Amino acid sequence: MQFEGIKSLIEAELPGAVQGEDETSSPRALLIQKDHIVDVCKLLHVNEKTYFDSLSCLTGLDNGEENNTMEVIYNLYSIPFDLRLALKVELDRSNPVIDSVTKIWKTADWLEREAYDLLGINFNGHLDLRRILLPDDWEGHPLRKDYVEQEKYHEVKVKY
Amino acid sequence: MSESKEINIGALKSGEGGIIVSKLDDLLNWARLSSLWPVGFGLACCAIEFMSTSASAYDLDRFGVIPRNSPRQADVMIVSGTVTFKMADRVKRLYEQMADPKYVISMGSCANCGGPYWEHGYHVLKGVDRVIPVDVYVPGCPPRPEALIGGFLKLQEKIRTESVLRPKALEKLMEKDAV
Repeated sequence: MQFEGIKSLIEAELPGAVQGEDETSSPRALLIQKDHIVDVCKLLHVNEKTYFDSLSCLTGLDNGEENNTMEVIYNLYSIPFDLRLALKVELDRSNPVIDSVTKIWKTADWLEREAYDLLGINFNGHLDLRRILLPDDWEGHPLRKDYVEQEKYHEVKVKY
Repeated sequence: MSESKEINIGALKSGEGGIIVSKLDDLLNWARLSSLWPVGFGLACCAIEFMSTSASAYDLDRFGVIPRNSPRQADVMIVSGTVTFKMADRVKRLYEQMADPKYVISMGSCANCGGPYWEHGYHVLKGVDRVIPVDVYVPGCPPRPEALIGGFLKLQEKIRTESVLRPKALEKLMEKDAV
């Protein structure tokens, strides 16, 4: 099944879920409405023609204050069909919340924790959403465009 | 030792007496600098150089340097790599767990001053000397094994001039009075 086929499959099953596509990304990406992300993932995961059994990567992205959006990007791979697909979801930057896909792919656990750690994106339904790279008592989320590093960490100056 | 010419080696080997006269300071320093056991831990690519320094080609063992797996048994800590703030707490704790006398070799640019992360590395400690005292800084990114060996030789030089018996407090007092 090719990209267009996957797109029409989702549109048929879940009308309103696909908001558009991103031709420039590699692999080609579908823009998904954020409330539908779990349903779309579940569909792609179990459908006999797609069977995206592997979540290769999950990343977050901050588009800055002018756009006032954040993104979560899912890179899917289907091992039996050798298919690749990216899903992009746009979130409100002031309140970045999205449903967790940990129930579909176990590997999303740490990937979502990373996105939470570095960008402060909250994943609803994640059972263990805490920082993964930075220490627990770190302040702020460093990959946000407006991040300002703290002056001191444990009494030690941060700046050079 | 300077008196070595006067020692009868034959008598020493047979165990028929033989006395070496030395200063306690010299004896202690010689013992300490000849068996510098580092804590076996590495933080980044510098650790790879540390490992190859210990391997057969450079043979760090010939200086009496044998990595130990416990800070309790170690004399020297080689901070080999990037120290993140998360790791800094652990490095400090490891240092505190080491028994005196203890020494620190800061290996590579990252441990010396933050290295390539000095400006934008929000998570990197800008020099390990901000959390623990450092005796020898080894420059390089990463330093070659020769440089690390050089660091050990430098540390040995430093230990050679130490004194446990010298009345340092008295010396300080006399210095003050002299002024």
